[in-house]
Amino acid sequence: MKTSVSAQDKINFSEMETMARRVRGKLIEMSHKAGTPHLGSSLSCVDILVAAYWGALSIDPKNAKAENRDRFILSKGHAAPALYATLALRGFFSEKILETFTEEGSLLAEQPAPNCVPGIELATGSLGHGLSAGIGMAIAGNFQKKDYRVFVVMSDGECNEGSVWEAALIAPVHKLERLVTIIDYNKWQATGRSNEVMSLDPFKEKWESFGWSSHEVNGHDLKALTKLLRNVPDGSGKPIAVIAHTIKGKGISFMEDDNNWHYRSPNADEVIKAKKELGLV
Amino acid sequence: MRNVFADEMTSLAAQDPRLLLLSGDIGNKLFDKFKAAHGQRFINCGVAEANMITMAAGMALSGMRPVAYTINAFITARCLEQIRVDVCYHNSPVIIVGVGAGLSYASLGGTHHSCEDIAMLRILPKMTIICPGDPVEVRLALRAALKLNGPVFIRLGKKGEPIVHKQIPQFSIGKAIIVRPGNDICLLSTGTMLPVVIQAAEELDKKGVRAQVVSFHTVKPLDEELLQSVFSHFSVVTTIEEHTILGGLGGSIAEWLADQSAQKARLLRIGTSDHFFHETGDQDYARRHFGLTPENIAHKSFDIFRNTLSYSR
Repeated sequence: MKTSVSAQDKINFSEMETMARRVRGKLIEMSHKAGTPHLGSSLSCVDILVAAYWGALSIDPKNAKAENRDRFILSKGHAAPALYATLALRGFFSEKILETFTEEGSLLAEQPAPNCVPGIELATGSLGHGLSAGIGMAIAGNFQKKDYRVFVVMSDGECNEGSVWEAALIAPVHKLERLVTIIDYNKWQATGRSNEVMSLDPFKEKWESFGWSSHEVNGHDLKALTKLLRNVPDGSGKPIAVIAHTIKGKGISFMEDDNNWHYRSPNADEVIKAKKELGLV
Repeated sequence: MRNVFADEMTSLAAQDPRLLLLSGDIGNKLFDKFKAAHGQRFINCGVAEANMITMAAGMALSGMRPVAYTINAFITARCLEQIRVDVCYHNSPVIIVGVGAGLSYASLGGTHHSCEDIAMLRILPKMTIICPGDPVEVRLALRAALKLNGPVFIRLGKKGEPIVHKQIPQFSIGKAIIVRPGNDICLLSTGTMLPVVIQAAEELDKKGVRAQVVSFHTVKPLDEELLQSVFSHFSVVTTIEEHTILGGLGGSIAEWLADQSAQKARLLRIGTSDHFFHETGDQDYARRHFGLTPENIAHKSFDIFRNTLSYSR
């Protein structure tokens, strides 16, 4: 049986809510200081990350390479700041390292390099790789008779990539019930509304028809997310797809659902305004 | 070569429980013995090379040793980015095996010709490239690749290639094998051209010129020790490959040569030229089109050899 961890035994939703606000605060600061894009994309997946790292994953931040750890892949690598901030606050590495984000010689590039910091399972950034890699990891686990689970977070725009659908076709064949993909469905991609660029809807039904145990959830509801992510495997014998309905830029009123924040970074005034909204100042 | 590959995989899997064989929906019946012996360790990944390569990387990052196998033109160009990012960037120990290298599948048309793959893969950091010269080298290459803890590309012909090595040669990655000694011209062959190159040496014998034949099976890393030796000893060094002369074995050695002080030998590169082959015909026909024949190899090498002799007189 899977080794239980404190986060799984006792869920503290109040702590999770605080962590979500703190992660968002870090993202605002990092994007401002580094002048980096993809803030809206990062904010949109924060609650998914927090639900996973504080509510569902069997992990030990002090032993990040434990053989039977759950694997978490942020396939939408452009949201890496959200993963960095989550890993730092969860104790995988020092928060001081976060402050070096994108600086010359820093461990933290805009998108992660292999093993750049503890907790990074895959170097992502080129879209459409994470799910296939996750399938490989899940199959490896089956051969090794391990019961770790594999979590892969993708963006909706990422599902434009053909390789995602190659992966979607093969996972059910291998009955990878310990594999879950969560799609951060914020309805935007870099330059347009996702469904106006490529036809994703009916999204849940697509995954269902491909043979996945398919679910929809409010991607900002920490309780609902945690419930789904803890329930892996879910008894269906199938890989699990979670369509998480999210809002790009979530948590900051003047960024929410405004796709300009795919590329913009906040100025000093906007940082203060955002942090006030988050209750961090 | 492919039958030997399947046979060797079956043996190696018995010794190494981490070994997995991934196929891009080819090899009907070829892997029956493997399947019988190792069951689920054969994974048909379908006609989806990109997913297959990244899956293999995920397996390798989780402690398995996947060998991904399909048609050479597809397992290289089709999924180049997956090889670059998931295999090489992560230094994942994935063995990529392409069947039908060069003009092996000439009659199937240009989509199946594969004369650019070495060039594409050799520029990727961490990648090792082995082009076995005969079925014996296929076995040895596979064994050596498994011992290497990083990405390897093994480039196979198809089936029915003759055995060149009557005895098992010493095989190390990055160390070329001298198949036949000689003093006048050095013929460096990589991969499937080896039997043709031996015939070329026999053609040169008729002209009273003794050619050394080398199976230069590893294109990356280059056997620099051997290159130093042959370029200082011979007056002509000819590279022969079933691959474009741009960026393959000949290209690699030309780059190496540019960084050396003046060498005695002239380099002659023989391979396919910089155009697509639009005609229909079998492998021999296509090889003749590109001058990949014993006669042409001998003739071109001899021409340069004769000129160097007249200069030195």
